[in-house]
Amino acid sequence: MLKDLLTSKKIILLITGIILLLLLPVVLPLFMQARFYIYLVSLILVSGLFATSLNFVLGFGGIYQFHHGVFYGIGAYAAALMLLKSGLPSWVGFIAGPVVSAILSLIMGLICLRLSKLYFGMLQVSLGSLVWAVVYRWRSFTGGEDGIHGIPIPELISSPTGAYYFTFIVSAVCFFIIYKMINAPFGSVLQGIRDNAIRSEMIGVNVKRHQLAALIIAGFFAGVAGVLFVVVDNSVFPDMLFWTLSMEVMIMCLLGGWHIFIGPLTGAALMILFRTFIGTFTIYWAFIQGIILMIIIFFLPSGVLGYFERKMKPTDKVLKA
Amino acid sequence: MDFIYSIIPPSILCQIFVGLSRTVILFIVSSGMSLILGVLRIPNVFHGSLYMIGAFLAYTITTVCAGSPFGFWLALIISPLVVALIGLAIERGLFQYLYESEHLMLILFTFAFSLVLGDIVKFIWGADYKSVPVPLIFQGFVSLFGGLPFPVYNLFLLAVGPIVAFFLWFLVNKTKIGKIAKAAAVDREMVGAVGINVSWVFAIVFVIGCLLAGLGGALMAPTISVTLGMDHTIIIEAFLIVIIGGLGNMWGALLGALIFGLTQSLGILLWPQFGIIFPYLAVVVVLLIRPTGILKSTW
Repeated sequence: MLKDLLTSKKIILLITGIILLLLLPVVLPLFMQARFYIYLVSLILVSGLFATSLNFVLGFGGIYQFHHGVFYGIGAYAAALMLLKSGLPSWVGFIAGPVVSAILSLIMGLICLRLSKLYFGMLQVSLGSLVWAVVYRWRSFTGGEDGIHGIPIPELISSPTGAYYFTFIVSAVCFFIIYKMINAPFGSVLQGIRDNAIRSEMIGVNVKRHQLAALIIAGFFAGVAGVLFVVVDNSVFPDMLFWTLSMEVMIMCLLGGWHIFIGPLTGAALMILFRTFIGTFTIYWAFIQGIILMIIIFFLPSGVLGYFERKMKPTDKVLKA
Repeated sequence: MDFIYSIIPPSILCQIFVGLSRTVILFIVSSGMSLILGVLRIPNVFHGSLYMIGAFLAYTITTVCAGSPFGFWLALIISPLVVALIGLAIERGLFQYLYESEHLMLILFTFAFSLVLGDIVKFIWGADYKSVPVPLIFQGFVSLFGGLPFPVYNLFLLAVGPIVAFFLWFLVNKTKIGKIAKAAAVDREMVGAVGINVSWVFAIVFVIGCLLAGLGGALMAPTISVTLGMDHTIIIEAFLIVIIGGLGNMWGALLGALIFGLTQSLGILLWPQFGIIFPYLAVVVVLLIRPTGILKSTW
């Protein structure tokens, strides 16, 4: 009974959220300069999708995906270069981004999955840095350290509002798919592997194959997020593949709370809002970000949402972060 | 000598020596990290920030003592010590409560510190490029290998490397603290059980690691432009060196630094535009052949 009530409450919240987000570009201009805020919300959705795709393997899969930014950046670069240089219809570019990310994810996964935990993460960082170095140095093709600006976006979605609706619809679909996958048998197996890989192996689960599939899926959705970033920002730059960005995304997951589906989205929203508004007061945003992160690790290891969840359901067994 | 030149052209030989002097810096920084990783099991991301602070401190000290010939030597002594003090404060203040945490948490925590330290550096020294003059006695070039110029300072670096390596070997193998640290790396509970204050041993090891990072920064300062962001590059390099050498193995760090430094300098000769990708390629190749590093890790 209580559970039903809770889920219906959640559904109501979800529906209100969707309606609010849909109405945002209509309502907001009545009050203020909306352009910037619409851009900001789009960015939150993009980063939220990016962080959620990471959390799919990190929080639910237990794989140390230390360099998730590579897939985001490569997706963005693939889409941008297709739009800019190929002359093919733009939807080809939009599809190319995630596909290239997924392929890269497959290759890197095949190499890295021979190892586990910290070694996995470090090998991934190494391979990712290799990709970054190529992008950074290949000036004639990728624009080098300046990146690419002014990428041609189809008319329909090039305005801030159009980009916002496109981002909203695509990311909503992606969130739904990821959510379904986490609750599908595949997701359960993945969580089983996270909690005890050896036991999973014993009951006949092909651990490596499941992990590889999870990595490809995560890479694919990171690529989607990268493409959406191109739509929202019309630019790509090599910092999108640098390891510090991957760290920042991990912070978003931690801030919101891993093990909770909307945790990374919440974390992304908080992080971007903090960065935008604190950034107007001081140039020392990184300092504040570091302090916030330390406070979370010390006092809220299960994230902001994890904290509230625990407060509301004190009898439930708390998942160890 | 002509015989050698007929096998290896002088330009390549020269580049190998440049690579070796780069190896020295990489070894000093990554051996500190390896020590911390091996004994304390902390993947220390702010190690690079400490290296950066060491370089900036060297800049300040050499600027203050601009006229005197001792400025550089003073910098070599003082900046590692100051960095070590920072390390001590961080370890005693925060880290000693986190030893039991997961690696993921520790990485994020140390990353948080690197953000904080990076901004502190920005606050104190600003975002401009700084340059540290090469000390007078090491200025200029010598002609090695068929008359190709080779910086004297790099020769000095080549001399420093073995000295540091010897001290580290002595520290780990011949002193009591080194032996305790080695034991603690294998089984910290057992070491505690025989009545040794493991917490302080860890603190000392951590401080020595930080000292090495500061020393690396101070030694590196005259050869590059000291700037923000130098922490981000060195930390990835140091991590990779430690990984390919075998976690926590000091000789592994030396081997890894050699691979990294040489592929870097020879890669630039081979293909200037993509020279920086060769070390990463080397790391990938090594890890494909030996997934847990070349030498045995202490884990």
